[in-house]
Amino acid sequence: MMSKTLDIRVARGKAARRALPLPALLEPLRAPFVAVTRTLVPPALGIVTFLLLWVLVAQGSGGSLPGPASTWRAAVLLFADPFYQNGPNDQGIGWNVLMSLGRVGAGFGLAALVGIPLGFMIGRFDFLSRMSAPVISLLRPVSPLAWLPIGLLVFKAAGPASIWVIFISSIWPMILNTAAGVRAVPQDYLNVARVLRLSEWKVFAVILLPSALPAMLTGVRLAVGVAWLVIVAAEMLTGGVGLGFWVWDEWNNLNVEHIIIAIFVVGIVGLLLEQALVWLARKASFGEEH
Amino acid sequence: MERYVELDQVGMHFDGKKGRFVALKDVNLTIARGEFVSLIGHSGCGKSTVLNLIAGLLLPTDGIALANGREIAGPGPERAVVFQNHSLLPWLSCWGNVHLAVERVFGARETRAQLAERTDAALALVGLTHARDKHPHEVSGGMKQRVGIARALAMAPKVLLLDEPFGALDALTRAHLQDELMGIVEDTGSTVVMVTHDVDEAVLLSDRIVMMSNGPAATIGDILEVPVERPRDRLALATDPEYQRLRAEVLDFLYRRHARPEAA
Repeated sequence: MMSKTLDIRVARGKAARRALPLPALLEPLRAPFVAVTRTLVPPALGIVTFLLLWVLVAQGSGGSLPGPASTWRAAVLLFADPFYQNGPNDQGIGWNVLMSLGRVGAGFGLAALVGIPLGFMIGRFDFLSRMSAPVISLLRPVSPLAWLPIGLLVFKAAGPASIWVIFISSIWPMILNTAAGVRAVPQDYLNVARVLRLSEWKVFAVILLPSALPAMLTGVRLAVGVAWLVIVAAEMLTGGVGLGFWVWDEWNNLNVEHIIIAIFVVGIVGLLLEQALVWLARKASFGEEH
Repeated sequence: MERYVELDQVGMHFDGKKGRFVALKDVNLTIARGEFVSLIGHSGCGKSTVLNLIAGLLLPTDGIALANGREIAGPGPERAVVFQNHSLLPWLSCWGNVHLAVERVFGARETRAQLAERTDAALALVGLTHARDKHPHEVSGGMKQRVGIARALAMAPKVLLLDEPFGALDALTRAHLQDELMGIVEDTGSTVVMVTHDVDEAVLLSDRIVMMSNGPAATIGDILEVPVERPRDRLALATDPEYQRLRAEVLDFLYRRHARPEAA
């Protein structure tokens, strides 16, 4: 009985080995091949499914929604010359992306400049925390675009107004996460600071900043996400050069291919921003969090 | 003998949501320069609170706490603390952690080279010269605790406060570090106050053992002198009748006279 099952196993093993051609040469490639298949197949399948659904919806719409193929052709034409300039309302996709990124950078940068120090102070001093709590809770849930008229009123220009909207909508995650990070600094570290009687500056540089850095970077990452979400909507309303305005302009031209391309560009740029910050956050995290 | 730490009728209460909690009451204790004193008791008896009062991390709500004849108004580097969970900053190397303390205490008077030398010397004292550039998460628990001790010693403190310094270590590492600590204290003549719940550790290391009654409103139940010659050898003491008697006395206090009310 025992020997029989053993025999069968041996026979199966032999058959399996015989079934594979060039076993010695390909054997070392088997593990990486499996790994690559495992990481690549599911996302590829997801993208294919998405494209199929898109084709179906496009066909069902009777031509009003362009399918992947015509969008691709339009994209090839569009990206062939990304930096042309035909007057203020007709510029290449590259300019549009750069203008939007510039506004996000300015608004977001100002928000970081104000929000991060404010978050540190709110996290460090309980009084400030209680003082700011009602104001922050009141203003944070306001839709970003509700701030646009205030910006237009104060700055009397579209560009600064959209930067203002980015500023006000991306500042909250930075304040709140930085403050939470500072509040979560272990009491042990602060006791070390107390026993050593470190100066407030030294406490900040040696203990608070490194300890709160991961939480702070999470706030920055959320803020960039919000800023990029908001910029398209803000530019639709303010006009000028930028992805949001471009979408609106192409809607007026009824160039739906370009609108779809804009959606992809917004998605890809957002993804890249997010990944860059994830990478930065990983760089800044310390041994004990691993 | 010159007194260094004096606690006079010290009491400590905390006001919480459930009303007032009296942690300590009428604690009287004087500690002489060069003395090694242990605080022992069941958990929750306030022994760490006594240590934190001497450190200045807490201020007494009753009575007076003096160090060097002056009222303790807050923490300071002349009363260095070795924390229970080492409390090393994870983003600094072992050397950096010690250097932070050295820089703060001697930075105003000494050159950069002298500060580095002090840091090196402190790490050498605890046998960690080879690990100077490692970060805390790269070294073992025993090594972390040794860095904590090096950091405290590098401040050249008037009194060294140890809060269950070896509590989280395995028995062998603990014995090794106890021997090391005994050697260091012998060489430096430090004044030491140590919180522990380990009877053997208390008897082996201390000149006096302060035994605390159970809380709330804990106080000093008894103080036991340990008149055993130094240097002490753990192997020789294991069979020493005097050592056995002292050990039995602490055990008797903890498990008969002041057994935990609802021992779990």
